[in-house]
Amino acid sequence: MISEGKPYQAGAYDVIVVGAGHAGSEAALAAARMGNKTLLMTISLEMVAFMPCNPSVGGPAKGIVVREIDALGGEMGHNIDKTYVQMRMLNTGKGPAVRALRAQADKHAYHEEMKHTMEKEPNLTLRQGVVTGLIVEDGVCQGVITSTGAHYAAKSVVLTAGTASRGKIIIGELMYSSGPNNSQPSIELSENLEELGFDLERFKTGTPPRVDGGTIDYDETEEQPGDVEPNHFSFETPDEAYIDVKNQLSCWLTYTNEHTHDIIRENLERAPMFSGVIEGVGPRYCPSIEDKIVRFADKSRHQLFLEPEGRRTDEWYVQGLSTSMPEEIQQKILHSIKGLEHAELMRPGYAIEYDVVAPYQLRNTLETKLVKNLFTAGQMNGTSGYEEAAGQGLIAGINAGRRALGEEAFTLKRSDAYIGVMIDDLVTKGTKEPYRLLTSRAEYRLILRHDNADLRLTAMGHDLGLIDEDRFSQFETKQAAILAELQRLSSVRVKPNETVNNWLAEHDDAPLKDGVLASDFLRRPEVTYADLVKFIDAPAEDLDHRVVEQVEIELKYAGYIKKAEEKIAKLKRMEAKAIPAHIDYEAIEGLATEGRQKLIKIQPETLAQASRISGVNPADIAILSVYIEQGKVARV
Amino acid sequence: MSQTITEFDTIAAISTPPGEGAISIVRLSGEEALATAERVFKGRDLTQVASHTINYGHIVEPSSGEEVDEVMVSVMKAPKTFTREDVIEINCHGGIVATNRILQLLLSNGARLAEPGEFTKRAFLNGRIDLSQAEAVMDLIRAKTDKSMKVALNQLDGNLAGLIRNLRQDILDVLAQVEVNIDYPEYDDVETMTTRLLLEKARDVKSRIAELLSTAQQGKVLREGLATAIVGRPNVGKSSLLNHLLHEDKAIVTDVAGTTRDVIEEYVNVKGVPLKLVDTAGIHETDDKVEKIGVERSKQALEAADLVMLVINGSEPLTAEDRQLIDLTADSKRIVIVNKTDLPQQVTLPELQTLIGDDAIISTAVVTSAGMDQLEDKIAELFFGGIENSQTTVMVTNARHIGLLNQATQALDDVMTGIAAGMPVDLVQIDMTRAWDLLGEITGDSVQDELLTQLFSQFCLGK
Repeated sequence: MISEGKPYQAGAYDVIVVGAGHAGSEAALAAARMGNKTLLMTISLEMVAFMPCNPSVGGPAKGIVVREIDALGGEMGHNIDKTYVQMRMLNTGKGPAVRALRAQADKHAYHEEMKHTMEKEPNLTLRQGVVTGLIVEDGVCQGVITSTGAHYAAKSVVLTAGTASRGKIIIGELMYSSGPNNSQPSIELSENLEELGFDLERFKTGTPPRVDGGTIDYDETEEQPGDVEPNHFSFETPDEAYIDVKNQLSCWLTYTNEHTHDIIRENLERAPMFSGVIEGVGPRYCPSIEDKIVRFADKSRHQLFLEPEGRRTDEWYVQGLSTSMPEEIQQKILHSIKGLEHAELMRPGYAIEYDVVAPYQLRNTLETKLVKNLFTAGQMNGTSGYEEAAGQGLIAGINAGRRALGEEAFTLKRSDAYIGVMIDDLVTKGTKEPYRLLTSRAEYRLILRHDNADLRLTAMGHDLGLIDEDRFSQFETKQAAILAELQRLSSVRVKPNETVNNWLAEHDDAPLKDGVLASDFLRRPEVTYADLVKFIDAPAEDLDHRVVEQVEIELKYAGYIKKAEEKIAKLKRMEAKAIPAHIDYEAIEGLATEGRQKLIKIQPETLAQASRISGVNPADIAILSVYIEQGKVARV
Repeated sequence: MSQTITEFDTIAAISTPPGEGAISIVRLSGEEALATAERVFKGRDLTQVASHTINYGHIVEPSSGEEVDEVMVSVMKAPKTFTREDVIEINCHGGIVATNRILQLLLSNGARLAEPGEFTKRAFLNGRIDLSQAEAVMDLIRAKTDKSMKVALNQLDGNLAGLIRNLRQDILDVLAQVEVNIDYPEYDDVETMTTRLLLEKARDVKSRIAELLSTAQQGKVLREGLATAIVGRPNVGKSSLLNHLLHEDKAIVTDVAGTTRDVIEEYVNVKGVPLKLVDTAGIHETDDKVEKIGVERSKQALEAADLVMLVINGSEPLTAEDRQLIDLTADSKRIVIVNKTDLPQQVTLPELQTLIGDDAIISTAVVTSAGMDQLEDKIAELFFGGIENSQTTVMVTNARHIGLLNQATQALDDVMTGIAAGMPVDLVQIDMTRAWDLLGEITGDSVQDELLTQLFSQFCLGK
């Protein structure tokens, strides 16, 4: 900075959110909707809810997060439902727990829509500006300072600076200080966090080149259209709103080849990934193309998906080709690929390094342990992905808002939501690479489905004041309908008659000899709800297909669901065992050295969380629980 | 992706000291105590009987109906129990074989082996013990954990660990493939893991576990360790030898009254060979009683023994009784120990060798530990040398391991049941993952991020 603005008092807010990406947008909206006077500061208003990487939302695990955000009263689901150009349900051939919705977004419309939603929000002020530091007194965050000299007071502050945090873009030999997509980086704030004593780590991520769609030879690629069947992210979006598939935009599939790989191999010494220029740790699940070629040398080709960036642009995103090779090599790589032989490069791919607040420094409310009333969310906490960021932003915004209102903290358990899994992983285990949600991270994924996110979380969203009465009463109606139909099917019987047995014979199934409960009949693998109702009375009212879906899942997978629920019940009791905030681990005799160090570092809030820390063994947990109990006895 | 939840599990352990007394007690505590016991009990329905009653019946193997032992079962319902949880005590006929078998059955039917000091810990956490005892509880947990962990590791034969790790790796390959199919559905280079492939894998793993379990059930040697008798006339050093073995291997952990022992403490582990000491009570008896234990008592012990250690006092000439014992043990697998070599020797080894044929003589001075290494090597050599099939050298001898292997088998059965019921891969996988976790508990392998590491090292994924 050449010179700074003269300090002035710029006003007081309940909640200030710094950064308006996917985390910041959710945080600001949640805080404002809960009744807090909220200020959202962003380096650039053109970057609100911007998608610097892939133009898509959802997919396995991530799609479930979007539904969870929606059920809690967040915005991401609504926003993508208004701005998608293609919708696809993935994993339809698999079980209900892993089905996942994914949308291709109109990148610009997504940004515009979110920005406008926030502009319309009564308690929320958007302002462009660079936050250079925090006002912290006696370990309590009191507000923020901007480069223009503005001092804003706040009851709580949420930081969501993302890759702007001391960001550095690298393209081949070129390297410069920058936020995502050549935006202004945030440097002073990082320095301020270090001064405050935060442990910052350095991560890396990357993005592929964009090409001019008018120069792609689509005939050489394979079309990937959207779905005919309507689906949306928000539980509030009606099926009627669905865009007919012929008005959706397709993606196109192509592949790298040995020639592509040769170009990359020949130029590896110019790849910052391998020349030692890049210090940050990149994600294993989203490797750059040069990384793929080196690590999987025997693969003769890699898939690439060409994705449109919007309706009113010809820019196309080359998914799978993330790279930080020099620009001229990127062009050669592109031209070696079928369908892209004549593709014009519009933006080169790049790697970006940035600062991350090592997440062990956070509570599961996303408040920092070091500075009270200060929350962090999103990529800044070591995650990757818009959905992961938005999920954290929502939780941080809720807790910042509740703090400002003097209300109790709100947290999600691992058994409540993928968002709970993610935050627990981050604060308990930390992460050595940008963290992405995967379905395998959730031990209760059969319970954490996308179809039941509303059943899991709407009541919580309502209690938080983020779900209005209309929506809540609709939800209660749906809940009641599911219950009523489940009860009905557990009391009516399917009687053996010619119709039933003919049908069963057609489906290679054993005939009925006696009547069976409808619920048991539905458990036969080949029987669907639609089949079942042919053999019993129809329900009193026509049931919504979402109600039917729940009934079907509940009954068909009842055995597995019951087992999972039993495990969760046990877990909840462990979660209920709180560890006192100011426990002195040094004073507990008998803890193993490694266990003691980990406990001191992570400061778990419950015995269950403590038991998930690697290096803390069962004997340590036993000793800890006896120690805590001893304290209780002693106080009596 | 998985954690072992320990706080509210139903726990089981043998709560009487080893090899002593006519009655052994296996104790269960926790919410599932009654239900677990009922699964292996034939007699009155334990879940229905009044609290604080004792009930006659039999422990049976649920799958085969085979009777294991005639027992008396005490049913004590919460809260008026030691742990303030539901407590079951199975009084069985003593003998390590039956007692271990009962424990195994409980561990295969819903209970988990108690951690050291865990009954006491629960008693404290549930307010049964007062504050003054809390520190003692923590000391106990620490002391017993350190010791038992060492023993547990000794118990885990290297070959067994290797086999289990192979099984886990095989399962992991399958799990990783399923995960890739789920998390990267458009990734076209991975074969889709179908339920058919999953079924094949489940069958394969199950049959390999069955093989392992069969080594555990093959004979009492493999299941219970090598029944070993230490014989010899009075005052030749049998007792010292026994104590030496015990202390060397930290096998039997001194019990604090009111707490429990771990089943792994049953064995003396000598170079990987689990020795079950037969008639140790006889050896422990007081001097005047020892006089009464002559050849007659030794005869009985010999009948039950797989290995005989015949101890001779090298500092005294061979007596008639020594010679009688040499004759008596002639048909047994035998090691002759010439003890007290720290004193002037009266026994000449060549003379002794002619009396015992090809059997090994080991010279020891137990008080100075001289010769003990050679003795242990000899035991190992005899044991492993006597087993022809290399596969059977992988032994599953530990009740906890058997319990876990049985549970893993059940999980694999659930995989197959799920597939038969037309369940999708990702649901069937829940049980496959459980089998993997259970096997991991045997080897103590950390599960953290293992799957993700596999995923990203095996497949080139990107989005």
